[in-house]
Amino acid sequence: MTISTNKSRPIYPGLSPDLNARSNLIVCDKAGAAAVSELLARADATFAKRTTVFVADTLSDGDMTTLATDIAPAAIEFLPTLSAAIARLREILDAAPMGVRLYAAGTEPLIGSVVQAGADYSIDHLSIKTEHRGSLMRRVQCVHCKGFTENVTTNPVTCSHCGLTLMVRDHYSRRLAAFQGVCIDAEVPGDVPETEAIYQ
Amino acid sequence: MSGSLLRRVRVAEVERVANRIKRFRFVDIDNAPLSVFSGGSHISVVMHSGDRLMRNPYSLMSSPIDTSSYQISVLHCGDDSRGGSKFMHENVAVGTELEISEPLNLFPPVKLAKRHVFVAGGIGITPFMSMMNELDGLHADFEMHYGVRSLDEGAYCKYLQSRYGSRINIYRQDMGQVIPLESILGDQRLGTHMYVCGPKPMIDWALQTAELLGWPAENVHSEQFSAPPLGNPFVVKLAKSGREIPVKGHQSILEAVEEHGVDAPFLCRGGACGQCETGVIACDGYIQHNDHFLTEPERVGGKKIMICMSRIQTGSITLDL
Repeated sequence: MTISTNKSRPIYPGLSPDLNARSNLIVCDKAGAAAVSELLARADATFAKRTTVFVADTLSDGDMTTLATDIAPAAIEFLPTLSAAIARLREILDAAPMGVRLYAAGTEPLIGSVVQAGADYSIDHLSIKTEHRGSLMRRVQCVHCKGFTENVTTNPVTCSHCGLTLMVRDHYSRRLAAFQGVCIDAEVPGDVPETEAIYQ
Repeated sequence: MSGSLLRRVRVAEVERVANRIKRFRFVDIDNAPLSVFSGGSHISVVMHSGDRLMRNPYSLMSSPIDTSSYQISVLHCGDDSRGGSKFMHENVAVGTELEISEPLNLFPPVKLAKRHVFVAGGIGITPFMSMMNELDGLHADFEMHYGVRSLDEGAYCKYLQSRYGSRINIYRQDMGQVIPLESILGDQRLGTHMYVCGPKPMIDWALQTAELLGWPAENVHSEQFSAPPLGNPFVVKLAKSGREIPVKGHQSILEAVEEHGVDAPFLCRGGACGQCETGVIACDGYIQHNDHFLTEPERVGGKKIMICMSRIQTGSITLDL
């Protein structure tokens, strides 16, 4: 996670167990799964028994077996994509009572998508435990055409919808789960700084 | 910002609504419209009792959009308190002119909540009167759990039941009824917020019950106004001006410095909001922290004091004022 002076830039304090929660729902990717293992090791077995982990990543059979063993006795579900995992999370939240606790560990687009889904259920973003792991890649919204460009690792980046060259700002929208991208060469078209791979 | 902007009002109505509880209705002295407020707001009432100046916070309980008058309810706290509530009960009648602050809200309902659960004890019902009024107009989903000593001691029981029907649940201590909070909070939909107002033990119990049931801290809210407790006289030294001001036994530090013309910051005057937090430069006495704002490490640290509520047992304290 990069440090920013921009107030909207989210901060991820790290996972910590809510031992009083009646059930724990954790969304992670492969890199975030390491943070989940550490979380479960810090908490007790009863915490793990009340916990379901949704792993949103493409994993080999071997990886799945290792992860399931690592995370036991917590329940584990494997989803091939982030959007599949968020859809599954929403299914569960539809029927969930107060006392459920959300956690997210992995890339910023993953954490942002969990926080965004939680907001639809009036879950305050501050009550979601978050930890950034893995790639610094960002989800970027073009402020001009409003299209989203996924998995952005460079700055500037070309908008995948309108083709403008966007400067990726730290200005973040929790509602959209995306950073804002602004045309960088509006005044002198083509006058674009060198592309840096700063969100690898 | 200090909440010192005052408005003169006249008491238009006084009604005894329960044992030891009176309802007061205020109108602007020139019948000008009052400010619209938001559900959960309170005002401070300035009371000149003899040579004493007090400003006590009271929740507004009228409709937030009714600008013709404000209503508050005051519980007579008895002779061993500082006398603010006694003054309201014994010296304020229809026609009395008073000064009040503009409304301030430290206890607003969360508008994004899916549902609201209110827990009130005794006079703690008052902030919920305006909240329910507001939320009812927004067709929001709420339920009230109201603990009273008896029907004679509990204000507005009949009114609330007739207006809000089955959303109001009343528990009578004289009948041995207690609020079944664990089962109430144990079965709420996601996105519910709980709000509690009442005596301190009740607030502590409600917050703890919610926590043990896995409610996030962001979903529980409480408000308690206390009057500054009585104590021994002591001296407050103001580092910036070099002045020394005596604080009498019935006064708060804030009231004492105001009496000497010092415009110190404040908002709630009940130890809740944190606005009057003041740095302690030196102290040769023991600080009695009576607020609900400072954290335990801050209390132990002894470098901060909430001057609306807290005092020292004896001696002198030097403040960054």
